Order: sequence, then structure tokens, then C-alpha cells
Amino acid sequence: MEAAHAHHGHGDHAHHPYGIMRWITTTNHKDIGTLYLVFSLTMFFIGGLLAMGIRLELLEPGMQFWRPEFFNQLTSMHGLIMVFGAIMPAFVGFANWQVPMMIGAPDMAFARMNNWSFWLLPVGATLLVASFFVPGGATAAGWTIYAPLSTQMGPGMDLAIFALHIMGASSIMGSINIITTILNMRAPGMTLMKMPLFVWTWLITAYLLIAVMPVLAGAVTMLLTDRHFGTNFFNAAGGGDPVLFQHVFWFFGHPEVYIMILPGFGIVSQVVPTFSRKPLFGYSSMVYATASIAILSFIVWAHHMFTVGMPAVAQLFFMYATMLIAVPTGVKVFNWIATMWKGSLTFETPMLFACGFIFVFSMGGFTGLVLAITPVDIQLQDTYYVVAHFHYVLVAGSLFALFAGVYFWIPKWTGHMYDELLGKWHFWLSMIFFNITFFPMHFTGLAGLPRRVPDYNMQFADFNFISSIGSFGFGLSQLILVYVVVKCIRGAGEKVSDKVWEGAHGLEWTLPSPPPYHTFETPPVVK
Amino acid sequence: MISKGLRSSAAVAAWLAAGTALANQYNLQPPQSIIAREIYDLHSLIMWIIVGIFVVVFGFMTYAIVMHRKSIGHEASQFHEHVGVEIAWTIIPFIILVLMALPATKTIISMKDTSSPDITIKATGYQWKWGYDYLQEGISFYSTLSTPREQIENQAPKGENYLVEVDNPVVVPVGKKVRVIITANDVIHAWWVPALGIKQDAIPGFVRDTWFKADNPGIYRGQCAELCGKDHGFMPIVVEAVSPEQYASWVAEQKKKMAAAAPDPGKQWTLDELKVQGEKIYAGNCVACHQPTGMGVPGTFPALSGSKIVTGPKDAQVAVVLNGVVKDGKPTPMAAFGKQLSDVEIAAVITYTRNNWANKAGDMVTPAEVKAARK
Repeated sequence: MEAAHAHHGHGDHAHHPYGIMRWITTTNHKDIGTLYLVFSLTMFFIGGLLAMGIRLELLEPGMQFWRPEFFNQLTSMHGLIMVFGAIMPAFVGFANWQVPMMIGAPDMAFARMNNWSFWLLPVGATLLVASFFVPGGATAAGWTIYAPLSTQMGPGMDLAIFALHIMGASSIMGSINIITTILNMRAPGMTLMKMPLFVWTWLITAYLLIAVMPVLAGAVTMLLTDRHFGTNFFNAAGGGDPVLFQHVFWFFGHPEVYIMILPGFGIVSQVVPTFSRKPLFGYSSMVYATASIAILSFIVWAHHMFTVGMPAVAQLFFMYATMLIAVPTGVKVFNWIATMWKGSLTFETPMLFACGFIFVFSMGGFTGLVLAITPVDIQLQDTYYVVAHFHYVLVAGSLFALFAGVYFWIPKWTGHMYDELLGKWHFWLSMIFFNITFFPMHFTGLAGLPRRVPDYNMQFADFNFISSIGSFGFGLSQLILVYVVVKCIRGAGEKVSDKVWEGAHGLEWTLPSPPPYHTFETPPVVK
Repeated sequence: MISKGLRSSAAVAAWLAAGTALANQYNLQPPQSIIAREIYDLHSLIMWIIVGIFVVVFGFMTYAIVMHRKSIGHEASQFHEHVGVEIAWTIIPFIILVLMALPATKTIISMKDTSSPDITIKATGYQWKWGYDYLQEGISFYSTLSTPREQIENQAPKGENYLVEVDNPVVVPVGKKVRVIITANDVIHAWWVPALGIKQDAIPGFVRDTWFKADNPGIYRGQCAELCGKDHGFMPIVVEAVSPEQYASWVAEQKKKMAAAAPDPGKQWTLDELKVQGEKIYAGNCVACHQPTGMGVPGTFPALSGSKIVTGPKDAQVAVVLNGVVKDGKPTPMAAFGKQLSDVEIAAVITYTRNNWANKAGDMVTPAEVKAARK
């Protein structure tokens, strides 16, 4: 970044401290976007390391490397770190970089709060990672921290609770900032229905975050008081109800799933038209579909809990509501394919990841439909089938969309083209190893392998071996991304034009590459 | 000729057997109850619908990727909406969903019908084993993993039923409606037998129920399906479905066993007898946390070897084993064994821990002392 900065530092009034203080004190949306992205990349590798620890133990039947309680710590922390440390902050990083440039605003609405919402994250992350080193280790109650198992945990659980509080506060502040920026700071002429789809999806996501992060904070606070201050929210012996925790958690947790995918939809909706050289098909239906998904996400939470023993009426309601989500999600996929239809397609790395996203995300959508059917879900819930399902939508969904976004915008951000050949290698290796890792999990889940177990019957040995090998390959392939990104930041690679891509449309492509430190100080006019 | 025919039919049979073995690996387990069968059929139906949608949707996508490339000179058209198509691809999926929801609704309603059972069994989840009570027959027992630790620790070859075998299976008669009442003692567990199509969370302090009717005699294996702590992967469920006659004789045998197990209050135990008995109890109930070495797991599970409680006065240790350990008003993983184990068993396991590893108390705890401490 320094090299890139030195390059464009002339004549753009970039008065800011240099060195480390630049990053600590920055209120610039581009700097903060970079911080978010670097942070999430770091957490992505920490979470990935934990995942490889999981797969190492599962390589063969029998206990080889870890004790069962440490294995549970690995699965729990892998989930927490990937969700709260890697995926969510990465999307906020994109929002910081892109939203002001896409709507013609000079910066985010609350620049100082923006700084604060980022710098809370390393604090939360430190608490999470440090929890491995307290007596008893990190929380081993799963990323869902169901009570009363989580009331049994040691001090690692308390650190995780505080981390969730802090990261939740950061998310809420980030969302307030994004909503205010989008609603108040659009350039003249940029009506809501002219906004790029990435901006739309983030606007809706930010509302979801504000609605549900406080719910999570409530749930973990109740857990904290149950643990230390003698309350009995989730303790039946004291008049509480363990299932209450699940209801509150999933009322947060299901919208959270869409929080992690909607901005990904936004990125893909920018990338696909660009490389199809054709406008996005069904723009307004895309907006309505995103809003419908967001609204429906509030009334489907109990489909995570079909086995707790709800009345038949509740099971039916949540099954129907869940199936309904397939309609707007389907509309999105159809729109992307219709955008490609009769286009003039090229397949640079961002487009490869976007196509990969459509393909694997749809597979996750299909298994989601299978899981929506309550009787089938009762058979598959808490098995490896569910693990396969949510990794198809989260890794191949959110993560591939993030990769598409990185390759799409990094030439704009740095002024230099990434290494196309390595980008393609990154895509193909990720795609192949991802499927080697997670596709066999559908089979083991169907055949009856529960999730979150450190050991298994011989019948599951072959598929687990394949999955583990695939996961090591997937993890190693991600080093390519780091190399490509670092290369771009250091200024290797040919210089790019303002427009970068032949088919690019939108305000960010009217700016120089890299954009000066301050952009759109005079708002552009959108016709 | 005959031998050739025999050989080829044997080959076909072997191939078929391999085929079913493969099917078991790739699909839901062969259903053994009406609900499991309905679930199996629902899953197959939805899989075919999905495959159909997959072919259509990705057929279009693949066609576009191949035929509409810039590199073969395809020019982009600039259309970006079509009301008719957009309405169609909203309505058609909706209709497909309704068709999927109809049979599922029927199954949900029959799954919930636990009325008029022939037998009622209560299953209780413990960290980390299952307890069963046959409510009409008055039979009670615990069911723990019977896979030897050497197999888990890779010091012995793994058996066919590695991790899915127990000491005392649940025995039920074929063709009778069995209602299972499910609860838990400490944290949430889940009672799951895939072949019978049931999975129900076991929630401490609450009672849920479900039902099954086994079609065929056989042994059906499942596992705890809800993360319940360290040994979540080591508390399987085994249901043995037998003919009603075999079931009746099993019930009679269990009743006899329970009567015989009632301790002879007059028996005088020696330290060695208790130690031998105690070693078995320790292996079944304590070893998971406190370890075979008695050293526990530092920071998580305390060591017994050299422990102040184990080497100290007897009544303090008896109290811990009977009532468990409660810290700040909350139960800890050290459960109360008072309800799970008999006086003899508790006396035996305490005597064993006091005279094993580095502990050389040299004294013994008698069943009578445990009985007295219960009051």
C-alpha cells in the first residue's frame, strides 16, 4: 500500500500521518477498507489453520492427534473465527472501499466512528484467539454455543462472549455508517433505483445487521449471567428453558446467514454484467428479490431446530416459509444466467469466480431445499450433510464472491493488474479442492455420520480421507491469493486504465486507477 | 454348464451385494420403519426434482458459456428485462415447491402421532451414555460404548461396529409401536437411529417424545446427534428388534437379573473384591475424564491420583461421587452418580480409586457406608 500511496500522493491533498499512525488514526474510507480486508485475510488463515487441524484428526479413524475436547475447541473456534473474523469483516471492507466510490460520495458519513468500528475488531479477535491459552482452553460448545453445554465451559467461553459483544458493536456501528452514507450521500441524480446492486445489497444487509446483532448480544449476555450471576434463563431446574437459547440464537443466526451472502450477491451482480458486456438482467427484480430474502430470513429461524420437538403446526410453518426462500433465490440465479445469455463473454479471474459462485452456490441452494423438508431434515440435521450444505453456500458462496470482488476491484485499488495466470490457478485449484473436500460429506451425512465428532466408524473412512486431502489442497491454494495480492500492492503488474475492464460501468470506473486519497469531493452528476 | 451357471450367479450375487453396500455409503440407510421409508421416498423424490432443475438451469448456463463467448466473436445483445420470462420463473418454482410440500406435510403429521403405543421406553441422555427405563415392565439399565479404548487409541485393530456398539442395547419387539420419551440429565443430547427414521433432541428438564415401529428383526445403530461435550462422538445408540416371543423372554430375563443384582445386604466385601469390581465401574463411568492413568486432563478434568479428596477422609469422597460437584450453583461435568450407580458400585469404585495409582490409602468404603451417606 505504501508504494501505491507514494505513487498517487502528489497533488491530491493527502494530509495524513505516515507509518503506523496513518493506519491507527485514519478516517479515510479507503484506508479503513484496506484495514478490514487485511484483518479478514489474517483471520481467514487462522480459521483455515484450525480447519486443517480438524481434517488432520479426521484423516483416519481412531484418535491420532488431539484429545476429543481439543477437537471440539477446533470446530467451535473455526466457526466463530470464520464467521465473525473472516467473512463479515471482509464484506465490510468491500463496503468501505466501494460504497462511497460507487455512489459518488467523498467518504463514509461517520468517518471517526468508522475508525472505531474497525479497531474494535482486532480487540475482539485477540480475545477469541487468546481463549485457547486460558485454563481449559477455548470454548468447545460449537460456534452455536448452545446452553447448557456452554454454561459448563471454562473461562474461554467468557472470552468468546466478550469477543462477540465487541464484534457485534463493531458490526452495528459499521451498519449505521453504511445506511447513513447510502441514504444521504448519493451524488445528484443517483436515485435509489439507479444504485449499483452491490450498494443495494449492502443497504439491505446493514438493516439486517442492526436488527439481529443486538439479539445475539442479548443471548450471550443471558448466557454470561447464567454462568456467573445465578440467573436461570436456560436452566430448567431454575425455571428456565435450554431451547429458549436456540430460539434467540437462531433469530440472530438465520438473518446472519443472509448477512454473509447478500453482499456476495451484490458483488456477483457487478461482475457478471461487466464480463458479459451486457446490462444486468432484471435489475428491479434483483432488488425486490434481495429485499424478500431479507424479510423472509426473519421467519425461518426454527428450521435449524426441527429436532427439538416443536408442535407439528410450527414445523409446518417453518418448512413452508423456508421453502418460500427458494423463489427469490431462484430469481437471482436465473437473472445472472439471463445476463450471461447472448452476451459477449470473457473469463478473466473475477468472472471465473462469479461463475464458480453461481454453480456451487446453487448446489448449496439445492441441498438447502432438501433440508427444508422437515422429515428429511430430521434425518439429516446435525450430520455431515448439513456441514456440506453450509460450506457450499458459505465457502463456495460468500468466499468465492469475495474472491471475485478482490480480483475485480484490486486493479482499481492499486492501479496495477493482478497476475492473470496465477489468478486462474487460484480459481481452478480452489474450485477443484473445494469440491473434493465437501462433496463427499453429502454421502457421509446421508449414510449417518454425525457432525462434530472426532472419530468415526470404518464405513466412513474413505470419504473422510478424501475430504481431508481436499482440505489440505484447498488451504494451500489460498497462498496463491496472498502472493497475487501482495504483488499487486507492491506495484508489479502492468498499469491499468481508469476503466480497467472493457465492459465496466459505474462511477468508480470514472476515477483514476489507483484513485486519489480523496475522491468525489465535488459530487459527480449522474444522468 | 451347471458349475458355470452357479459361478456366474454367485458373481451376480456378489456384485449385487457390493452394489447395496455402495448404496449404503451414498444414500440414506435402508429404511426399517414406515416413517424412515416415507423419509427415504421424500428424499428420492426431491433429489430427482433437483437433478431436473440442475440440468435445465446449468444447461442454459453451459450453453451461454460455450456459445456466447467473445473469443468466438459473439456480439452482446443489450436486452435487460422480459416481464413474461420473469413472471414464469417466479410462478413455476412456486408450483414445484407446493408439489414438494404436500407429501412432506403428510409425513410430518404421522411422525407426530405418538398416541396408543404398545411399549413406552424412556431414554435419558447423560454425559456420555444413555439410560433406559421400560416404564410398564419396570426394567432400567444404562447403555455405554463397548468399543475398547485400545481400538480408539489405535493399539488394536478396529472392529466392524467400531464406535457404534454398546454393552446393553435397547431391545424392542418387531411390529409393535414403541413410544420413546426422551430427556437428558445434564446438557442437550439427541437420540438418533437413522434406519428407524427418528431423531429427537434430549433436553434437560423437558420431556419430548417420538415413536417407531420396526419392520424387521435386526440391530439398528445410531449415535448421539447433538454436541454434548467431550465424548459426544462416543455415546452410540443400539436398538435390537426381535420377535415378540424373544422380547417376552428378554423381559423376563432382565427382571430376573435386576432382582439378582439387588445387593445381598449381608454380604461382607473384602478390599480386593471391591477393587476388582471397582475397576470395571471406573472403566465404564470415570475413565473418559479422569483417564486410565488417574491423571485427568490438566486444566479441565482433575487428577485422582494424588488428589486431596481421594486420599483424604472417606465421607468427603463419598459425598462427591454421590452428589456430584456444584460450583457457583451450577453443575459441573462431575455428575451426581447417586442415582446412576448402586451402593455396591459406588463403594467399589471409591475403594478402587483410593487404592490405585499413587494412592495407597489401604482402606475400603463398604456398601453400608454408602447407604448411610445417602440419607
